[in-house]
Amino acid sequence: MSPFILKVASVAMAAATVPMGLAAIGWSGHRQSHPAAMTVTLVPGSITYPLPGEFLSDGRPQANPRLRRQFNKSIEIMAYQVSVSDYANCVAAGACQPAQETRAIPSNAPVTGVSYLDANAYAQWYSKATGDDWRLPSDEEWAFAAAERFAGEFEGVENDANNPARRWLSSYKAEVDLNRKPDPLPKGRGSFGFNSLGLADFSGNVWEWTSTCYIRTTLAADGNGVVSSVDNCGVHVLEGLHRAYMSNFVSDGKSGGCAVGTPPDNLGFRLVRDHRGWANRILGYLGIA
Amino acid sequence: MFTRREALFGVAIGAAAVAAMPAFSATAPQADISALPREKIKLVAPPFVHPHDQVAKGGPKIVEFTMTIEEKPVVIDSDGTTLNAMTYNGSIPGPLMVVHQDDYLELTLINPDTNSLAHNIDFHAATGALGGGELTLINPGEQVTLRFKATRSGTFVYHCAPGGAMIPWHVVSGMSGAIMVLPRDGLRNDKGEPVKYDKIFYIGENDFYVPRDEKGNFKNYESAGDGYDDIVKVMRGLIPTHVVFNGKVGSLTGDNAMKAKVGETVLIVHSQANRDTRPHLIGGHGDYVWEQGKFANPPAKDLETWFIRGGSAGSALYTFLQPGVYAYVNHNLIEAVELGATAHFMVEGEWNDDLMTQVEAPKPIATN
Repeated sequence: MSPFILKVASVAMAAATVPMGLAAIGWSGHRQSHPAAMTVTLVPGSITYPLPGEFLSDGRPQANPRLRRQFNKSIEIMAYQVSVSDYANCVAAGACQPAQETRAIPSNAPVTGVSYLDANAYAQWYSKATGDDWRLPSDEEWAFAAAERFAGEFEGVENDANNPARRWLSSYKAEVDLNRKPDPLPKGRGSFGFNSLGLADFSGNVWEWTSTCYIRTTLAADGNGVVSSVDNCGVHVLEGLHRAYMSNFVSDGKSGGCAVGTPPDNLGFRLVRDHRGWANRILGYLGIA
Repeated sequence: MFTRREALFGVAIGAAAVAAMPAFSATAPQADISALPREKIKLVAPPFVHPHDQVAKGGPKIVEFTMTIEEKPVVIDSDGTTLNAMTYNGSIPGPLMVVHQDDYLELTLINPDTNSLAHNIDFHAATGALGGGELTLINPGEQVTLRFKATRSGTFVYHCAPGGAMIPWHVVSGMSGAIMVLPRDGLRNDKGEPVKYDKIFYIGENDFYVPRDEKGNFKNYESAGDGYDDIVKVMRGLIPTHVVFNGKVGSLTGDNAMKAKVGETVLIVHSQANRDTRPHLIGGHGDYVWEQGKFANPPAKDLETWFIRGGSAGSALYTFLQPGVYAYVNHNLIEAVELGATAHFMVEGEWNDDLMTQVEAPKPIATN
């Protein structure tokens, strides 16, 4: 069974796609020093997906609650991950640290060996370079965009109040059952194909940083509401073939995970473009905003 | 023109000529062993061990083993780094051979002509002739049979030792393993009471020295000989690029994690032919540990971490008391996590709250 379809059944897809050709034209293209990335605009919709982080109830780990998320605005997201050559422009401009990558990788492959901090530095530079607002997607935006390629947390873990080891053993087995073989070398863009929304390379061998912090939440014993939550924004959520949590400064998937299963092959990212609204756009176009 | 292959052979053949001389029977008084029963054992690849009796049935016998040496490329990590490996019987480490004290271990070693190098075997358990190394040096296309008496009980390393600079190179290319010589009446604890194991696992630890290119990536070589000069340079730095169990990063995790149940007693034999190591079972202990590996000495009790000297094999007996996923590591944690020396045990059974309980789950720090 493909790991892609672990959660397909329960991810209610209500999104549609604006054809890429239409969405790919950057608004402020003429004043950019770098061409805008090819993007896809996802029309408003909703997903039901497992929240990231760790959840406790009555002192015991719980399956991540599944919530319906409504996206009232469209989301414009890069069709491909940021590439080696894209990232090299930021490094050349002195705004990004070189990626921690020594292998020979095609220049149109996704940039890998980048930390959360690197990804944010790129977003800042790219926003300046293009005159648009670019940022990492949140975890839920990523899940929405990845559509049927979204995997999320491992599920099917047993929860036995009297035997915490059952959970450890069953989640270990669940990871083993994914039977994922390491696939370490990044491939040229498009190598992992397109999802149903026309977005490329989700859940291939590059995990993507999101802007969502790691959060530990204690749920009320009756299942209604949250008793407390502590977030640790020194750790962010990555999405890919499975969800991962890594410290912001980590750029190597293999060294950053603390799970016992097969760690992410590579760390990369793609960005979303925020829309400032028509008035701001016109001001921006005139060079005022 | 002297090719590298010929140059390596040159060393080997020189040593072989020396080795050929003492290959006749010794003059010391000798028991008549022709009357002893013989048993032929089929070896299995580590971490598993061929079936054997813990307490010997009957008197001493001759136990026959056969190992075929295989030179072959072996992938040693998840990045696909390839070692031009030399192996006993195709596995790194070579298989564990089990006999009883006063048995005779009789090994037929085969070096197929598809190999390119001369090899031999030095048994730390054997007496004389450089552990048998002098009597077993064989070129590709040859085989040899050696018999030695297992006079001392314990776990012992064996390794290839074909002379000079070839010795460490063959060992760090994978040519080591271990034998276990059990006391005839089985293992005993510190009080001299018999102890038994329900399961046995053999973990061989290896240090590899893979050269890197100018960018820092690991290099591949057409053959073992092509990499020789570069590898020796890395070896002389004494800092391994990989420290692994069972020949490869992650070879005893995931699908290949070792399995046990709460209440089961496991004997873990751990060998390292070249370099010191310090096994540790995270969340468990060594109930009885033969750190130096020799069963004539009483085992140490209740160890947290044990020390295996480079060039030796030790063993630890542990009864699992709690279910879960255990990591068995070399507790130089850099070597465990960064270089690969981690294995896992999956242990099923009932949780014992008395031994451990999370009294209160993580929550925000109390403020009053």
